Amino acid sequence: MYEIVEGIAEAARLIITLDPGVMSIAARSIIVSFTATVAATLISIPLGAAINFGTFRGRTSLINLIQTLYSLPTVIVGLLIFLLISRVGPFGFMRLLFTPTAMIIAQTVLVLPIMTGLTISALSGVDTVIRDTLHSLGATRLQFLANVMKEARFAILTAVAVGFGRAISEVGAAILVGGNIMASSFSGSTRTLTTAISLETSMGNIPQSIALGTILLAIALGVNLVITRMQHR
Amino acid sequence: MIECIDVAKRFGTTAVLAGLTARIEAGEIFAIIGPSGSGKSTLLRLIDLLDTPTEGAIRVGGTDVHREPEQSLAVRRKMGMVFQKPAVFNTTVYENVAIGLRFRGEGKVAIREKVEDVLRMVGLAGYEERRARTLSGGEMQRVALARAMVIEPEVLLLDEPTANLDPVSVALIEDLIFRLNRDRGTTIVFSTHDMYQGQRLAHRVGVLMKGMFAQVGTPREVFTLPASREVARFVGVENVVDGVVAAGENGTSVIDAGGIRIRAHSPFGAGEAVSLCIRSEEIRIAVTSGDTPGRNILPGTVTSVVPRGPFSRVTVDCGVALSSILSWKAADSLGIGEGSRVVVSFSPESVHVVRRG
Repeated sequence: MYEIVEGIAEAARLIITLDPGVMSIAARSIIVSFTATVAATLISIPLGAAINFGTFRGRTSLINLIQTLYSLPTVIVGLLIFLLISRVGPFGFMRLLFTPTAMIIAQTVLVLPIMTGLTISALSGVDTVIRDTLHSLGATRLQFLANVMKEARFAILTAVAVGFGRAISEVGAAILVGGNIMASSFSGSTRTLTTAISLETSMGNIPQSIALGTILLAIALGVNLVITRMQHR
Repeated sequence: MIECIDVAKRFGTTAVLAGLTARIEAGEIFAIIGPSGSGKSTLLRLIDLLDTPTEGAIRVGGTDVHREPEQSLAVRRKMGMVFQKPAVFNTTVYENVAIGLRFRGEGKVAIREKVEDVLRMVGLAGYEERRARTLSGGEMQRVALARAMVIEPEVLLLDEPTANLDPVSVALIEDLIFRLNRDRGTTIVFSTHDMYQGQRLAHRVGVLMKGMFAQVGTPREVFTLPASREVARFVGVENVVDGVVAAGENGTSVIDAGGIRIRAHSPFGAGEAVSLCIRSEEIRIAVTSGDTPGRNILPGTVTSVVPRGPFSRVTVDCGVALSSILSWKAADSLGIGEGSRVVVSFSPESVHVVRRG
């Protein structure tokens, strides 16, 4: 019990004094997950729009598949990317294994299904009267698409937030393809909040874990707070 | 302006429109009235190219709109539509109204001027920066109307535009429909299940029943000379009595309605199955028969007296049930109640006879 109390006090000190070690891990986490979310956004929004507005065979099956992949286990994604980029893998020549780039790729793949799926839901959730109104006002195909997307913007934003939340909180893929390395250079390291927590906890370094955990929680809550406020506008 | 030729629309096995033919003239207000599910919305959606007919053709300004897809955007841009459910885009009132002008590539200055003009017309001046989703249902529907009006359409289609709105918004929207038609000559087609709204606004009314127009005519024609017993029922003729013509000559017939004989003006000859439509306000109730030359006189027993606004609706069993509308005062001074013996009278001219079946 005393250990936990002491841990909390030490964690507070680490955060308040902006401990460079903790801060660099937090910064790396945010950079990696943010980049992955941006990449996934750039893919999932056009992809989701194409699936939502498209009429093609197997559309429903594709949507079902995407929804099934919401629960894609993080370690499976990690393993998949590991196999692809390891030395013996097809992309081994790119020397990506155990780099931040590898983590970004893994997290992008991880959040792609849920972001695409939620984008489809967001777009299909736009009221049919709104769609009819756009048509009746004489929208061209492009004007129609743009305005349906605009109408769904807050729901799409939620998809992005959910994607970021899943990316920053996952540990399986980051540890498999990142390796939790603490190198001398910032960009050469792959230690993120989640991988660090798992390491520090296993080493009995409780204050460090609590400090990192608190920051992770604050980021997750902060993102949700921003989204909620935007949606209520 | 708009011609519907043998238009049919089926959703799966359900036929919503079945061989509908109609012609709506440029510059008129045309009301589509009919019970729920009679196909009013479907017809408007077909005209606005939001749906395609299963059979038949629709011409707007001479263009067969469903067979010339390269024309559809141009045709659609001549029309504006307001839907039953008030729907606004999740943005400001200004942006909501401006969107159709933006689609047409109008300049900023022109857009501002037109939007402000139209918002003044619908009574929403000063609402420009309000978020449209925060408005009341009536205000949202006025935004929807402004949005459709601002593009100055040749044809304005309104699908039950005032259903479920507060009386102030209803009056405002009706007034706008009237002014738009009078001042700009906009052809207006609106659907309603409120037959009195049809009567108030429309130059012509089409009664849509079972996927076809059962009758098209001026409100006066439709309300006083319904073409069938179904139309009569729908336009609020309380007394519809079935019978068979017993004798008829010189435009006057005697109709046998389950044992009682009623004289009426009708072109039908002996043996024809007919329905008699008699409006409640044409039926007089008295305690004694008195001096009423030429009128149908039927003795009977009062079966119910039901208050209806400032009136009482008195139903009398004279062999057939007939209802009349009396002011409270009149009902009181007659001293009638359930079980009273009374005499019902109405003139042969007030009976409108339609062929049955």
